Amino acid sequence: MATLGNYLIVSGLLFTIGFAGVMLRRNIIIIFMSLELMLNAANLSLVAFSRFRVDSAGLPNYHAQVFVFFIITVAAAEVAVGLAIIVALYRARQTAHVEDISSLKY
Amino acid sequence: MPAYLFWLFALLMLVFGAAVVLNRSPVASALSLVVSFLGLAALFMSLDAYFIGIIQVLVYAGAVMVLFLFIIMLLDLRAEERRKTNVVATAGGAAVALALFAQIYLVVGQLRGADKPFPALPAVPGDDVRGVGLLLFDNYNLPFQIIAVLVLVATVGVIVLSKRELR
Repeated sequence: MATLGNYLIVSGLLFTIGFAGVMLRRNIIIIFMSLELMLNAANLSLVAFSRFRVDSAGLPNYHAQVFVFFIITVAAAEVAVGLAIIVALYRARQTAHVEDISSLKY
Repeated sequence: MPAYLFWLFALLMLVFGAAVVLNRSPVASALSLVVSFLGLAALFMSLDAYFIGIIQVLVYAGAVMVLFLFIIMLLDLRAEERRKTNVVATAGGAAVALALFAQIYLVVGQLRGADKPFPALPAVPGDDVRGVGLLLFDNYNLPFQIIAVLVLVATVGVIVLSKRELR
């Protein structure tokens, strides 16, 4: 049987993959997908903790699962708005490459 | 759930998660992301969170991925042409990511109870949709309604952003 530590390490690895994607990739859509990976890694550790801390009736702690539900809802809204911003940006600049978009940098 | 299924789905999720970052073509990345999320949904179900697993499949593998693929096709993004990579920035990014994972690994190693198996559920397990629903509409009713307003605001915001003339 897998332990809580196994789930937390897997969640940490998924978060690291997403973080590496944000740091290393230059395509704005792929950076956005990596952000989704990081959100989901956090969800995995929340659900693992929810299953680990059973209440007096022996049921999982559902508060954490409600929190995951809220995270999924907000992430879905965030994807819609983010992709609309990317489309507007692409229309203005004809690029999806973050190094071409630097007018706010200097 | 037997232990080998945990490792199978965890491996599936991590391999396809890495494929998201490593693929050069955005379409291949988006499809790898679907498989990664399906593995994650299976892991949720291995933790007896069936409701969250189903929501994960419906929202991520369904709605969010269709949206990603739609935008990729709409913008007609080809595989990225190779550009001169900034070696220092790449090495720095990889080093920071590795340091983050090392930190997570050390913290989990120190965590009390991290090597204990999960406590057993009662022989007749409760209905997790019921448990989540009761909390959601009772304890967390106000946040639930705020989320509803947030989704409405997001919908209006997307329509404003996609108008041709942005002023």
